[in-house]
Amino acid sequence: MPSTLASAERPGGALPAVLNLARLGVTFDTPRGPVVAAEDVTLSVAPGECLGVVGESGAGKSQVFLAVMGLLAANGRASGSARFQETELLAATPAALDRVRGAGIGMVFQDPMTSLTPHLTVGDQLTEVLLRHAPLGAAAARERALTLLERVQLTDPAERLGQYPHELSGGMRQRVMIALALASNPPLLIADEPTTSLDVTVQAQILALLAALKREREMALILITHDLGAVAGLADRVAVMRQGRVIEVGTAARVLKTPQDPYTRRLVLDARRLDGTADSPKATPARQAADAAREPVVLAVTDLSVDFGVGRGWFGAQARLAALSRVSLELRAGESLGIVGESGCGKSTLARAALQLLRTTSGRVVWLGRAPAQLPAAELRSLRRDLQLIFQDPLGSLDPRMTVEEIVAEPLRVHERALDVRSRRAAVLATLAHVGLTAELAGRYPHELSGGECQRVGIARAVVLGPKLLVCDEPLSALDLPTQQQIVTLLAALRAASQMALLFISHNLGLVQQLCVRVLVLYLGRMMELAPAAALYAAPRHPYSRELLAALPSVDPDIQSARLKAVRSGEPPSPLAPPSGCVYRTRCPQARPVCAERVPAWEEPAAGEGIACHRWRELS
Amino acid sequence: MTERAAAARGRWSDAARRLKGNPLVVAALAVLAAVTVLAVAAPLLTPWGYDSLDWRHLAQPPARVAAHWFGTDRLGRDLFVRTLSGVRLSLLISVLASAVSLVIGVLWGAVAGFAGGRTDGWMMRFVDVLYSLPYLFVVIILTSLFPSNNIAVLLLALGAVGWLTTARIVRAQTLALKRREFIEAARASGVAPGAILLRHVVPNVLGPVVVYATLIVPQMILSESFLSFLGLGVQEPRASLGNLIYVGAQELESAPWMLLLPAAFLVALLLSLNLLGDGLRDAFDPRER
Amino acid sequence: MLSYALRRIAGIVPTLLLIVTLSFAIIRLAPGGPFDQEQPLAAPVRANLERLYGLDQPLPVQYLRYLGALLHGDFGPSLRQRDFTVRELIGQGLPLSATLGVGAIALALLTGIPAGILAAVWRSPRTDLSLAALTALAIALPNFVVGPLLALVFGVWLRWLPVAGWEGGAPRYLVLPLLTLALPVAAYLARLMRGSLLEVLRAPFVRAARGRGLGGPRVLLRHALRPALLPVVSYLGPAIAFIVTGSLVVEAVFALPGTGRFLVQGAIDRDYPLVMGMVVVYGALTLALNLLADLAYGWLDPGARHD
Repeated sequence: MPSTLASAERPGGALPAVLNLARLGVTFDTPRGPVVAAEDVTLSVAPGECLGVVGESGAGKSQVFLAVMGLLAANGRASGSARFQETELLAATPAALDRVRGAGIGMVFQDPMTSLTPHLTVGDQLTEVLLRHAPLGAAAARERALTLLERVQLTDPAERLGQYPHELSGGMRQRVMIALALASNPPLLIADEPTTSLDVTVQAQILALLAALKREREMALILITHDLGAVAGLADRVAVMRQGRVIEVGTAARVLKTPQDPYTRRLVLDARRLDGTADSPKATPARQAADAAREPVVLAVTDLSVDFGVGRGWFGAQARLAALSRVSLELRAGESLGIVGESGCGKSTLARAALQLLRTTSGRVVWLGRAPAQLPAAELRSLRRDLQLIFQDPLGSLDPRMTVEEIVAEPLRVHERALDVRSRRAAVLATLAHVGLTAELAGRYPHELSGGECQRVGIARAVVLGPKLLVCDEPLSALDLPTQQQIVTLLAALRAASQMALLFISHNLGLVQQLCVRVLVLYLGRMMELAPAAALYAAPRHPYSRELLAALPSVDPDIQSARLKAVRSGEPPSPLAPPSGCVYRTRCPQARPVCAERVPAWEEPAAGEGIACHRWRELS
Repeated sequence: MTERAAAARGRWSDAARRLKGNPLVVAALAVLAAVTVLAVAAPLLTPWGYDSLDWRHLAQPPARVAAHWFGTDRLGRDLFVRTLSGVRLSLLISVLASAVSLVIGVLWGAVAGFAGGRTDGWMMRFVDVLYSLPYLFVVIILTSLFPSNNIAVLLLALGAVGWLTTARIVRAQTLALKRREFIEAARASGVAPGAILLRHVVPNVLGPVVVYATLIVPQMILSESFLSFLGLGVQEPRASLGNLIYVGAQELESAPWMLLLPAAFLVALLLSLNLLGDGLRDAFDPRER
Repeated sequence: MLSYALRRIAGIVPTLLLIVTLSFAIIRLAPGGPFDQEQPLAAPVRANLERLYGLDQPLPVQYLRYLGALLHGDFGPSLRQRDFTVRELIGQGLPLSATLGVGAIALALLTGIPAGILAAVWRSPRTDLSLAALTALAIALPNFVVGPLLALVFGVWLRWLPVAGWEGGAPRYLVLPLLTLALPVAAYLARLMRGSLLEVLRAPFVRAARGRGLGGPRVLLRHALRPALLPVVSYLGPAIAFIVTGSLVVEAVFALPGTGRFLVQGAIDRDYPLVMGMVVVYGALTLALNLLADLAYGWLDPGARHD
């Protein structure tokens, strides 16, 4: 919600800026010569105002603010001016800089796992900062630490004080980082990609927390992110950076609703397609429902359960983790099904179990009418040509010692032995062209390609044999927003051109709706709801589906601030100790006693739809 | 785009390029080459054999006299030919022993890592037990078990123990590799396990092994010299850098050249091989890219 | 932490048992029985001797007796040095060898680790190069070369320290041996410490700690040092083994009456009880020291305790 302090585009400004950057530049000395990460950056932030700094990764956003804090890598140099209140930071002595850091400017860093000291407890790290900037006694410091943890909505704060970072979940760690940055009440908080590695519901919680903190403390906030939806509900002003320069700056409403720079326009457009609102594109079924029912079933999964043994007691006793619990689905040729849910919901396990890449505990999997579990190994392997998989890590899924051509040719070598070298090469080049790669890249190695190119190679490898089913395991989460969009478009095109069925797994509902006609929602390994995408996004039946959709960040500032206000708190339960009855009940706003007593049955209100909730009829 | 097109293709040429630019490595290679050439050519450069006795020149310091450029020892044997013969022997033994231990180590580690489960458990427990003893002790035990101390026994003892570290390294590499997604991708594509091992696992494991190989050779030289120094390795009258140094240490106060010259050669060999190995390791380090 | 320690201690028992079994196997099954001397013995004499030493019992019984004897510290008689038991021989030399070993480890730790820290903190292209050269040299020089060289320089040329020997056990006889043993380990530790600390200093959590205004020295000591010590502590195991084997040479070069000579001489003489007794003692010692290193690692890295 825009604050009253910054209603106009900003010349002059009512109050002296907390932070003023003038022609700031950052250069790195590398063996290949100097590399300019940022140049001519002029920005300012007023007290109590939130400035969003957005752009693709590599745009130099983080480097600018690392330079402001004096935290650049050893080979980095900053030029220009960065004034914090009265101090010129770029020329400050180390002692002066230390005083500003923490007490003047608090910084929340990108990846909470690697940004917290692993061998010190949360309590130790908090009290350390508190004692550094204020003369407190040990007991008083502990009190303050507890208060801080409560304020950042951390459950069981007293217990957290004694825990180590690796014992906390991603969302909890991020809250600890925020607490650490706020410890000495700084007038300015810089948050560098604070939501990137988190689940969408936790992202929403963190953003709502930051909004509340900014209001209470009248603290200036700089939010650095590549996710436009994240700034929409929070920022008063937005600056867009590209290749180290600020290309557009203005109020959030203006920049996000009516962007002027063509690059900004493209960013906003791409983001709009993913926010689940009315005008984002949806996938269309390949053929009419009646015809579709006559297509052969490519994949049928019935009551599939996968348990893992975890940990090892003194006598080999293991805890059982139910990664997947009685999941069923059916996919015909030409269909597309999306599987969504947060981390730990079993999506990847489902993908691998369906492809028989890991051992299942119970249930059945049928491929094209045949049960792979009963086939001899060689026959199973030959069936695999029809069911392919693309992976989350684009670079990791490619053998670093093979060229692109060798990688894409391997399925041909295994399944089409009769092909001679020339025809094989021709097939490879044709497939590469299909996925938008030039022939020149055929001789490259994976480490020489960008993330998007690597993912295209993975797709090429998967489709070179013309498979009947393509399973996509979170293939986009490691990519930039524009690249994500390109890959989604590619997959949609591939699907339209052939009869290939698509099983698309992602935590990003915005992307799923572009590709998939039906969506299955999982939580803690259990099915929650199955519905056509259009119906699910417009009128979700299950409370969890509603929570997921509400947490989707929207680029429209008005919609996003409303969404942030409605965010609920709550951590997902541990998969080792799932709640009794309906597993979602601990977070469900509609939970009743019956939800704790019985596991809800899977009901099918219509063909191809399903829901597991005791109260769905009353709630719709 | 063009910048990448112009960049070197693949890790090997990239690494070779970086090796050539490293002055320490180039110097090390030069020293190594010089010493090897000298050692091979030595018999042609001198009239003396390694155990021929020159009664007229006992314990003589290095001089031009009678072609005793490195001097003689107490028994009148020419130190030039003995030192270089020792270099030859050390190089031969250590290269062979390294080859043996590498082959055993790579096979053991790859099979254990790839098989996993109980096979892996038992195979590595065996390695752990042998590892818990200072390895030289095992070598000493082995050499004492055999009736005669000949070179073959020495080779066997050195090789039989040197493979432990290689096996560990290869197994760790294989385990890490097994979890990489491209191995899973190969399985999902329907590639048979044997083909996965040969086409995907082995090429990716070889890199570190090659680097480690260059570091094993100096370790073997060191171990062999160590044993010979103690009297358990190469025996008199054959010369090894180890037993030459032993004798030299005894004559320290009166005839320092008997120690200094073989020691200098040993140090030169070890230093250049270690520098070469370090250089190779840095050249292959992906983070330096 | 406690359960981690107990698990580690429990893990040693099977290895120790295996070493002991190996020892027994070699003693009993090696070629050249205990009584095959220069002249063959008369049959009744041989039979008596065998009964005396319990060699006529079935193997499993002998094994159990061996185990029992070991638990009492009885390693059997020496085959070559007929007047002594193995235990007496080892007992003569162990205090000196232990002093040498522990002293060398302590010296290496106390010099190598601070040197590595300073090298990381005072970084400059010149210090980098000179350090790299020095450490490479120290690591490449074998201790049977360094020992005599040090003796040459400090004993013969400068006459500051005795060249060899152990007259009455005065400390100055230990200076050169300790230096010789500790030098390569200290150099390697310094290099390891420097490299590890440099890498940790680049880590995100160190940058985050600096970003909280905690100040250079505090960040270094409280946040960076502990993780940086991990590779160093992992190296302690091999370092201990290195020092143990190095002590054999050092005792030979400096004519120190420790236990090292027994191992070598025993191997040459085929005195199996002596050799294997040494192996068991050294093996147990190595395992114990490795256990300490493991415990130190667990203390440093809370995440490793769940292993």
